[in-house]
Amino acid sequence: MTMIFGIPLQAFLGQLLVGLINGSFYAMLSLGLAIIFGLLRVINFAHGAQYMLGAFVGYLLLVHFGVGYWPALLIVPIVVGITGIIIERLALSKLYDIDPLYGLLFTFGLALVIEGIFRYYFGVSGNPYSVPELLAGGTNLGFMFLPNYRGWVVVASLAVCLGTWFAIEKTKLGAYLRAATENPRLVQAFGVNVPLLLTLTYGLGSALAGLAGILAAPVYQVSPLMGSNLIIVVFAVVVVGGMGSIMGAIVTGYMLGLAEGLTKVFYPEASNIVIFVIMAIVLLVRPAGLFGKDA
Amino acid sequence: MKILSLVSAALLAATVIPASAAEISDGKVKIGILNDQSGVYADFGGKWSFEAAKMAVEDFGGTVQGAPIEVITADHQNKADIASNIARQWYDTEQVDSIMELTTSSVALAVQGISAEKKKIDIITGAASSDLTGKACSPYGFHWAYDTHALAVGTGGALVKQGGDTWFFLTADYAFGYSLEEQTSNFVKSQGGKVLGAVRHPLATTDYSSFLLQAQSSGAKVVGLANAGLDTANAIKQAAEFGIVAGGQRLAALLFTLSEVHGLGLEAAQGLTLTEGFYWDRDDESRKFSQRFFDKTGRMPNMIQAGTYSAVLQYLKAIDKAGTDETEAVAKELHSMPVDDVFARGGKVGANGRMIYDMYLMEVKKPSESTKPWDYYKVLATVPGDEAYIKPAESGCPLVK
Repeated sequence: MTMIFGIPLQAFLGQLLVGLINGSFYAMLSLGLAIIFGLLRVINFAHGAQYMLGAFVGYLLLVHFGVGYWPALLIVPIVVGITGIIIERLALSKLYDIDPLYGLLFTFGLALVIEGIFRYYFGVSGNPYSVPELLAGGTNLGFMFLPNYRGWVVVASLAVCLGTWFAIEKTKLGAYLRAATENPRLVQAFGVNVPLLLTLTYGLGSALAGLAGILAAPVYQVSPLMGSNLIIVVFAVVVVGGMGSIMGAIVTGYMLGLAEGLTKVFYPEASNIVIFVIMAIVLLVRPAGLFGKDA
Repeated sequence: MKILSLVSAALLAATVIPASAAEISDGKVKIGILNDQSGVYADFGGKWSFEAAKMAVEDFGGTVQGAPIEVITADHQNKADIASNIARQWYDTEQVDSIMELTTSSVALAVQGISAEKKKIDIITGAASSDLTGKACSPYGFHWAYDTHALAVGTGGALVKQGGDTWFFLTADYAFGYSLEEQTSNFVKSQGGKVLGAVRHPLATTDYSSFLLQAQSSGAKVVGLANAGLDTANAIKQAAEFGIVAGGQRLAALLFTLSEVHGLGLEAAQGLTLTEGFYWDRDDESRKFSQRFFDKTGRMPNMIQAGTYSAVLQYLKAIDKAGTDETEAVAKELHSMPVDDVFARGGKVGANGRMIYDMYLMEVKKPSESTKPWDYYKVLATVPGDEAYIKPAESGCPLVK
């Protein structure tokens, strides 16, 4: 049998694929964060809570309204996006003109409140959410048994990431958005409604977190803690990728997923710090991140 | 004459009552429930253990030896340093007489050390490591609901008997996980089985697929989950996804309780074998107790919560019998009194502080077999206390001669 670094090739390929799957979640979450930071200059600490909210909205839709996974895939991002819009209108928009630290503190506090409420009502053991019937079971790839649902997650996340990148970098609306962040006064003078654009951006970022949440629901327990377990890693991804760089967030998400997957094979005890070690090294060598523009 | 006898009776009463209350330090008995109320183990014991402790005080009558009983609680966030600070503060400035529950072995080991140093009683229900009554035992420390040895003998023994003679472990990377893995391995080997490998994962890992793939490729018949709480629930859910059970391997959830079964749902949890010391649907007495608990909390108690009830009750009984809350006297009573309540039948406490009582080997029902809410377990067997727990003389506790 072919061996790579002392482990069989088949197992090695399996671990790479698993890393890619986790990378999909990192990429999707860090994408939302990168958009919000890049366009609003807000460090959105509530992102993990919004991801958790997505999973819970999906769960509650199923339990109380009998709405299954596929419709939820559409409804959940809308619901979470609308809550994002409300948050932005009522509070965040008032904080743009003062120190960015206040935005960070506000979203951090908000995350704690949302999590606390869910913990109070649902406990931490989590709630079950089954894989949709269409994607139940798995496929034997020869080197590993791939659950169909995980395959779907990779495809869906790639589509969402590339779609979002395209919308922001290549469309007219995206161009408005980017212009509005470079020089809001000038863009407003051209007759573009800048505050509306910013509101929609935050809504979009939140909706992406919600979408990641409903995608994650069949894989992880739907638990109030699911967001806080992930958010720190996702922040590290954004920092490594370069704050605000959308392509950077996507590529780094997948890369760090792979790095973490491989660590789990060679030295599993370090698997939850390897991302931070990489972050420290990157910051030492390239303070603006791998894809960031030097300030 | 009549007046004289009245006066003397009043005088007598006046001298007797304060004299007895003076036997209770600070005029009240204060119990601290210290555990995880916000992290991965918050449903394992959590604030529900606090409710159970309050129920015990209520059932005892609210006072002991004429002194009121107070229960307080705090969240240690699974961090030994935070727990140690709270414990010192409770003992030093808040007149706490005893700390109980102490989920998470790292925390329990730290707080038991502090309790011994301050000469205070601690009764552990939430932590698992059998070291607590082994090399880290304390003359004032007691271990109530379960331990890693009982889980290894119960769940490990049952699976080896059913032909599961090769094992691979997924182990939580701290004292508890090591202890559980080591004792289960030893037990499996002593029964002629083999351990093919183990992988250590950090506490509160969300994705287990890498580890599960390693377990899968090891070809072991049994995948032993030496972790707890949300970690185990996630591992089981993902094991189903990766076809571990469908591929013929069995999962052994070495520490899994009713709370986690409830969270995971019967669909994913069915067929699991596990060991617990208490089941709410055992008999009329346990059903009555659990219904009261349910009315307060909206959930049925697991062995941690029912065990905390038992520990508080036994502590109060010991104070009552000793006539004082002085540590030496209460510890002596706790070591000698039998434990007979809704939680434990014919329980006894060894010289190492271990409460020895019968455990139950359970199988999680299929969704079709469950006829009412919280109807989750079939009792497969009773594991006698003397088999489940290490004999005090062999525990390695320096206090046992």
